[in-house]
Amino acid sequence: MKEKPDVLQGTLALMVLKTLDVLGPLHGYGIARRIEQISGDILAVNQGTLYPLLLKLEHEGSIASKWGASENNRRARFYSLTAAGCRQLQTETREWEQSAQIIARFFKVKAEDLP
Amino acid sequence: MKFLRRFFIRLSNFATGHRDDQRLHDEIADHLAFQTEENLRAGMSRAEARRQAALKLGAAEAIRENHHAEQGLPFIENLLQDFRYAVRMLHRSPGFAFVAIATIALGVGATTAIYSVIDATLLHPLPYPHPTELVRIHDDLPGIGEQNVGMSIPELQDMQNSGIFENVSMYGFGSVNLTGSAQPVRIAFRPVTPAYFSVLGVDAQLGRTFDPHDATPGFNLEVVISDGLWKRAFGADPHILGRTLRLDNDEYHVVGIMPPGFRDQGQSNDERNTELWAATGFAGDPAPRPMRSSRLLLGVVGRLKRGPSGEAAQQHLDALISSLKKQFPAEYPSQAAWTVRLVPLSESAVGNVRQSLIMLFGAVGLVLLISCVNVANLLLARASARGREIAVRQALGAPRTRLVRQFLTESLLLFVLGGAAGFAILFCTWKFLVKLVPESLPRINDITINWTLLVFALVVSLAAGVIFGLAPAWLASRLDLTGTLRQEGRNSGGSRQRLRARRVLVISELALSLVLMVAAGLLLRSFWDLFEVQLGFNPDRVMAVQTWLPVPNDPKTDIYGSVPQESVLLREILRRSRTLPGVQETAIGNLDSLPLGHGFNDLNMSPLIREGQETRKNQAPRIDISTVSPEYFHLLGMTLLRGRLFNEQDVADTPQIALINETAARTYWPGQNPVGKRVQLNEDRPVWTSIAGVIADARTESLADSGAPHLYLSAYQNRANDLVIFLRGQLDSGAIPAEVRRQIQSVDAELPVFHAVTLDDVLSSSLSVRRFSMEMIALFAGTALLLAALGIYGTISYLVNEQRREFAIRLALGAQRGNIVKMVLRHGLVLATSGAGVGLIGALIASHLMAGLLYGVPPTDLLTFAGVTLVLATVALAASCVPALRAMRVDPITTLHSE
Repeated sequence: MKEKPDVLQGTLALMVLKTLDVLGPLHGYGIARRIEQISGDILAVNQGTLYPLLLKLEHEGSIASKWGASENNRRARFYSLTAAGCRQLQTETREWEQSAQIIARFFKVKAEDLP
Repeated sequence: MKFLRRFFIRLSNFATGHRDDQRLHDEIADHLAFQTEENLRAGMSRAEARRQAALKLGAAEAIRENHHAEQGLPFIENLLQDFRYAVRMLHRSPGFAFVAIATIALGVGATTAIYSVIDATLLHPLPYPHPTELVRIHDDLPGIGEQNVGMSIPELQDMQNSGIFENVSMYGFGSVNLTGSAQPVRIAFRPVTPAYFSVLGVDAQLGRTFDPHDATPGFNLEVVISDGLWKRAFGADPHILGRTLRLDNDEYHVVGIMPPGFRDQGQSNDERNTELWAATGFAGDPAPRPMRSSRLLLGVVGRLKRGPSGEAAQQHLDALISSLKKQFPAEYPSQAAWTVRLVPLSESAVGNVRQSLIMLFGAVGLVLLISCVNVANLLLARASARGREIAVRQALGAPRTRLVRQFLTESLLLFVLGGAAGFAILFCTWKFLVKLVPESLPRINDITINWTLLVFALVVSLAAGVIFGLAPAWLASRLDLTGTLRQEGRNSGGSRQRLRARRVLVISELALSLVLMVAAGLLLRSFWDLFEVQLGFNPDRVMAVQTWLPVPNDPKTDIYGSVPQESVLLREILRRSRTLPGVQETAIGNLDSLPLGHGFNDLNMSPLIREGQETRKNQAPRIDISTVSPEYFHLLGMTLLRGRLFNEQDVADTPQIALINETAARTYWPGQNPVGKRVQLNEDRPVWTSIAGVIADARTESLADSGAPHLYLSAYQNRANDLVIFLRGQLDSGAIPAEVRRQIQSVDAELPVFHAVTLDDVLSSSLSVRRFSMEMIALFAGTALLLAALGIYGTISYLVNEQRREFAIRLALGAQRGNIVKMVLRHGLVLATSGAGVGLIGALIASHLMAGLLYGVPPTDLLTFAGVTLVLATVALAASCVPALRAMRVDPITTLHSE
């Protein structure tokens, strides 16, 4: 946990929110799977780090959780996005896109492009 | 918002002890089951599938810890845990805890006590709204070296119209006789211009204060009285408003009662205890005609307009003064260089005790520092004893920051407990301690114990705890782990460092106490010199009793209005007083003739215009004048050097004569015989007075001042209202006041008799602030010495303990026991010399800072410095002797066996 940079912590939270936004209510394993599928190795090991983060997001009011039954009828705790979480996702997506664009533009610039 | 929500959930979990570990447990189990199924589907064996699932999940314990941390508030939990541990540790070593807490309680308690005095006097010197806007307005004549010469009424009006002040007011101070009840009473009385209370910004609790509209040239026959007088003399009568009071034979009515907490401003306690105010314009009877050149010897206070700073106001004022000087060149000769100076009222309200108080606070700060250093020393000693515990904790994986935090919690607990104990002791001994404070201290009645003090005590102990707990904590947590564990805490690298730290601490303790002891020594010598000073008068067996002759507003109704009328009264009072039991001599004079008894009022000076010196108006030097009867000089044992004293034949219709003291003769007639010279003492009344004789200097103004110019007039040639009757003999100081009252009132039943004192009391109370600060500093120095001795004792004992094995080996190899003692004592001596060396430098700095408080001793007094260093060295060596003897008694066999 500690070795991973803080940026990753922030992005992980964003990934969780986006996952829940796209796929609807989901249990911890499902979220971990999904993030792993898309992002590759961020959660390749240490899938467990997700759980303290989920608790934090729940404390912050961005997500809610309750016990439910999974597709193969196992008991599992399902997480879902709250209204506050939706708003948070929107603003954070916008901010993320903005900074990504700026960074992308910086990378595109070559020495000869500069006036 | 999000952050707050999260914080409150965690806080409530923490507070209710709510924990949901089961949820995580279940979730992880589910998670593993999902992953295992998936792995099985991918074709792994069951065992491999489970293993891979667990691997992918990560360290379950770490996850659980993070999850747990997210549930509650781990920082506070740790803090509480540390706190509980600290309490247990203190409980386990009660001796250590007691000594440390007592030391801190001493330091913090003493500091808080002195702070309470400073808080009331220096920090809140004026109990009025917006006190920084209040200024005293002084007229100075720097051209002739005179300050605070008083102001004339036209000048006061200039001030009022200058636009610099919200309001200005002129005030005097004196006595007034309240007659009409069973006993005539003398009341501290202040005539003021009507704006006085609006300048101070205080309103009456009942009725009103003076209205600027009812300004009259003379007294407007309305008075405001204090809450104290209202309750004492009128039983808090709610219908007092409009009632008539007979004051100095005139009738006034009461228009207002000041609120209970109101205290007047002023430089002496007498002034601050004023109980009655009357409004006057100082321009009609009994005051002289208002002329620009006739300065009234009165105070002026003003409230600056809000906004411009004091400096801007002063600049504005300077411009006004220079234009006035051009406008009235005759009144303001350029040689006198008239200026008007604004002095913050707070400054003049505290006056000359400021320096003493700051020095006391510095001294008590040093005591606090020494006690903290001592506790830091104790903490280090304990850290050595706990080396093994620390090593074990480190071996079990406690990071250094965690250890530091734990030690810091322990020391903070100690310091806060100490501070609380100090405050509690202060709270309990409050009544007793306040009695030690000299009464002449301004605002002594406002010294209280309050929340500010508690906060002060706690903040000081917290700050001290952090500062003096951090270093020991840091050093204690720094351990050579394997070495300590192997050697069971003996001789490890950390302990050498701690030893160095302890040496530094002890040296600084010794140095600080040397500074305090030098300060105490110098003050003691000054005090002693003052006590032994040649007074120039003999206060032995002399009592002084005061009375006040009324000053009615209409001079025609004054039955003592002329010198012959008053002389009759004075002679009768003296004749009757001589018949009292035990009385051998009597004399009479005005209040200025009472040695050391008239406060710090520098407005009682008159111009001295010498014949043939061509002094123009407003340029004459100013001189202290007292009016006395012929017997005064013999009664007080003052010697005549030249010419003659007053006698009974010097009366109103014989030529005016005066006596001067040696300093006046030397200052104003250098190299000449002043006897026979003539002077004028009033610029508006050209009466020539001849100097008839010269009296030896006496310290009647101040003990520390060997001589200020002084001039004496005969009481049978000059009027005075504030009378002091002096009696010498075998007096019963309990009975005399009543007997004098009976005698005086059998002459005039309307005269009050008050303030009976022996001159010895006057003398000792004039030294009271000095005595107080000297006693306090001596007490602090003693405490400091004791603490320093404890510090050096502790350090040497520790050293001996560390080197026990070495001593044992030396002894076993045939070393003399005497040499062992010498070895240990040498350590003590090295510490003492280094401490003394550093301390002497500090003491030199401190003694120069307090030079203004010294009398008769130079700040570099060799005797004090040498004596104090010797005392310190002796005490340090004595404190090292005990552990040295212990080192000598080391038994080589048992010591070497036991390790």
